[in-house]
Amino acid sequence: MFEIGLAHYLGVAAILFTLGIFGIFLNRKNVIIILMSVELILLAVNINLVAFSVHLQDLTGQIFAMLVLTVAAAEAAIGLAIIVVYFRNRGTIAVEDINLMKG
Amino acid sequence: MIIQALSFYLFAFVAVAAAVMVISARNPVHSVLFLILAFFNAAGLFVLIGAEFIAMILVVVYVGAVAVLFLFVVMMLDISFAELRQGFLQYLPIGGLVGVVLLAELMMIGGTWIFAPAASTVKANPTPAIDKTTNTEAIGNILYTDYIYLFQGAGLVLLVAMVGAIVLTLRARPGVRKQKISDQINRRPEDAIEVKKVQSGSGI
Repeated sequence: MFEIGLAHYLGVAAILFTLGIFGIFLNRKNVIIILMSVELILLAVNINLVAFSVHLQDLTGQIFAMLVLTVAAAEAAIGLAIIVVYFRNRGTIAVEDINLMKG
Repeated sequence: MIIQALSFYLFAFVAVAAAVMVISARNPVHSVLFLILAFFNAAGLFVLIGAEFIAMILVVVYVGAVAVLFLFVVMMLDISFAELRQGFLQYLPIGGLVGVVLLAELMMIGGTWIFAPAASTVKANPTPAIDKTTNTEAIGNILYTDYIYLFQGAGLVLLVAMVGAIVLTLRARPGVRKQKISDQINRRPEDAIEVKKVQSGSGI
């Protein structure tokens, strides 16, 4: 209980990951919250990578966590830029209205 | 040891609670602020486990850049967020079902899974002893040597993201008068001035 090990960190990461997925389902209409949920998922992945890195005494996981962080930052920037452009053109960001391409 | 355990539970609990608030807050601005809280507590978890550099990078990149970007966008867009929240309860059962199933699966994996016996012998970059090299120095030692191409690639990803964001959001609004320096420099006397011979005693 008081010995904090790998399993504790994996548990926190699993809960955060699940909350991220849950958030995507819960806020089906609000694309900004969906992007925030994606950030939560990536944070959970980072916690996993760092926990394994420390547990195995191998620094590669922390390098990988940094690369994930980079991609997360780039993804947030591009995603928010797309939202801004879409709002400018259509005046709404509701997800179910985004059906111009009929995909 | 007990201090470490209590800190872990504090950080973990606040991080999870903040994550819950991120997805359930009424106001998206509050969501962003709770996201920042979650990132801070995750950084605390990283410090606790001994990955200081990632913790600081998390604070700088996520809190300093990504969350503030979210905050800007949420405040800049004039959206009725109450409208977007409709159907919140409608999706609650299916979302909850998926969440519970996913969490149960993850816990099942966590319960049964073990390391391969050879896992501790095949380290790519063994962590040096903490009294010899700090975490930041150790990461720098391998990041700028073995992983230099990945590092440059990450920089390239950020550059492309930056250029992409600018290209997407930049717009040339019609009717706005701006100084066009290249046009001014390219202007030749022949385009601008016309020399006319004027007969004396008559107009042009």
